[in-house]
Amino acid sequence: MITAPPPVEVEKNYINAEHGLKSWLLTQDHKLIALLYLISVTAFFFIGGLFAVFIRLQLATPTGAMFDSNTYNKVFTMHGIIMVFFFLIPSIPATLGNFLIPLMVGAKDLAFPRINLLSWYIYIAGGLFTLWVLFNGGVDTGWTFYTPFSSSYSNGYVIAAGLGIFINGFSSILTGLNFIVTIHRMRAPGLTWFRLPLFVWAHYATSVIMILGTPVIAVTLFLLVLERGLHIGFFDPAYGGDPVLFQHLFWFYSHPAVYIMILPSMGVVSEVISTFCSKKPFGYTFIAFSSVAIAVFGFLVWGHHLFVSSQSVYAGMVFSVLSYIVAIPSAIKVFNWTATMYKGSVRLTTPMLYSLGFIGLFTIGGLTGLFLACLGMDVHLTDTYFVIAHFHYVMVGGAIMGYLAGVHFWWPKMFGRMYPEGWSKLSAVIIFVGFNLTFFPQFILGYMGMPRRYAAYPAEFQVLNVLSSAGASILGLGYLIPFVYLIWSLKYGKPAGPNPWGATGLEWQTASPPPTENFEITPVVTTEAYEYSTEEVVHVG
Amino acid sequence: MAAHDAHGHSEVGAHTQEAHIVPKRVYFLVFIALIILTWVTALVSRIDMGPWNIFVALFIAIIKASLVVFFFMHVWYGTRLTKMIVASGLFWLILLLFITMADLWTRNWMGVPGR
Ligand SMILES: [Cu+2]
Repeated sequence: MITAPPPVEVEKNYINAEHGLKSWLLTQDHKLIALLYLISVTAFFFIGGLFAVFIRLQLATPTGAMFDSNTYNKVFTMHGIIMVFFFLIPSIPATLGNFLIPLMVGAKDLAFPRINLLSWYIYIAGGLFTLWVLFNGGVDTGWTFYTPFSSSYSNGYVIAAGLGIFINGFSSILTGLNFIVTIHRMRAPGLTWFRLPLFVWAHYATSVIMILGTPVIAVTLFLLVLERGLHIGFFDPAYGGDPVLFQHLFWFYSHPAVYIMILPSMGVVSEVISTFCSKKPFGYTFIAFSSVAIAVFGFLVWGHHLFVSSQSVYAGMVFSVLSYIVAIPSAIKVFNWTATMYKGSVRLTTPMLYSLGFIGLFTIGGLTGLFLACLGMDVHLTDTYFVIAHFHYVMVGGAIMGYLAGVHFWWPKMFGRMYPEGWSKLSAVIIFVGFNLTFFPQFILGYMGMPRRYAAYPAEFQVLNVLSSAGASILGLGYLIPFVYLIWSLKYGKPAGPNPWGATGLEWQTASPPPTENFEITPVVTTEAYEYSTEEVVHVG
Repeated sequence: MAAHDAHGHSEVGAHTQEAHIVPKRVYFLVFIALIILTWVTALVSRIDMGPWNIFVALFIAIIKASLVVFFFMHVWYGTRLTKMIVASGLFWLILLLFITMADLWTRNWMGVPGR
């Protein structure tokens, strides 16, 4: 259905303020940088997705129709590296966070606009390194780069891939730094900490992890590069190192990294649910502090990845208990969202559908995480498809559902246009069905003992693998539909107006798309967030 | 409400920018201290103190790093928030080292090799 673009008077906004490639590549506007990130993470998402397609095609038959084992190793490695470091980590913070945090705190931009642009260039530089690896033969260590295979035996481009992630880490650190300073120093008058939207709290907690955790992965990969390139012993016993040390250092960052992916999604879901129930979130302070608790306790559980790696049993016991404890703040959020919806008049819009999907799938992902935190169970389940299913429920069912909820929720704000509601709801349902069909069979496969990272499997596992591959094709279709209608909506969508959802946040008080300076007059906040009964923002001259 | 004027918020902490102008003397003194400590490190490395070698070397290194962080990186004159961020970074490093070492210390308690 193609209709003529509706007549809107062209107002000055951040997109049409300046023209030309240079105005984009040298911009210091957090909103344009957010769009640069949006375009780049989408590109990486589809590259990473292509590798997922290869994996599911390979596993459609027991003997593997597409690749030999060596190539298959490279395929799942590239899938992991690209999805984790170049899509999931920057996905919400660098796009929605970049766009919204200044708007939500009533500021004109982030604290350090140039550093913000620099972070995008660093991200692109790290990404180019990784793509270079991809086109020159790849790397076969898995995204975890375990030593001593990676440092001494692998034939892939370990050094280049490690440096790519090392470089990319700085983009993450700079983004986190920018958010923390902005949230501390640039809140509008009257916007106290406990009046901040929960999205901002979630990003504050995320930024803390980015700043405290990312240097560790950067240094770890750098040590790996030193060991592989210069044979300085850190991890390889042959040079006097300890391979388990690598796993400690790697997971010190990479477990909290899961919270870099999921906390921003939780922030999105808090906003969406509150808006579409037209209610204050139940237990605002609990949701806010649970974000911080997740960020802090998330750093104390990394050893649950080392239960069978000759870590001491006593350390394992402590890590197991701590891993159970970190489930509590996550559960607090799930219960609070549910309580918010209770007796609310729920509007089932597209962002709300994604958020409901998030709650269900994240709950499954989180609870199966407890299976893996259990020492005895984990011995059976380590490195099986149960683990794969578990973390895809958290990262795809959780993080990506939240990302799509956020993109659909704030799309009208970012571009001033609505997308077709029918198509968007349909694709949300397709994604939900496709996702479950892809990953639920993997729980069963893993429980039956199918190991991860193998190019072939015994014939009795085929039915479940075919189900999974079929689900993946549905899921892939589900991701393509939003890609098409969102681009379509840029030109043909109905004008959205400043506040299409009737939400309360400061970002909805300004025009859609917002002007370059965000607000014509700095807003003054006089009430709590999510005040749905009363008008909350007064403008003063 | 003139205090809430629209322009007051576009720049971060305008009042911290006028902050401290550290006299050149301080930088030179810190520099001399760093040189002397480097010289001490080299000197100490020639004396064998058995297991204490590493502790002495690390102790000197910590003093040097603190001088750099406090004076060259201006943390000494920073806000409470800056100091807190630096302290939490240090605390996280201690967490990383301590918990990782806790694994190593308890590894042979079961009497089973590798456990
Ligand atoms: Cu973990």
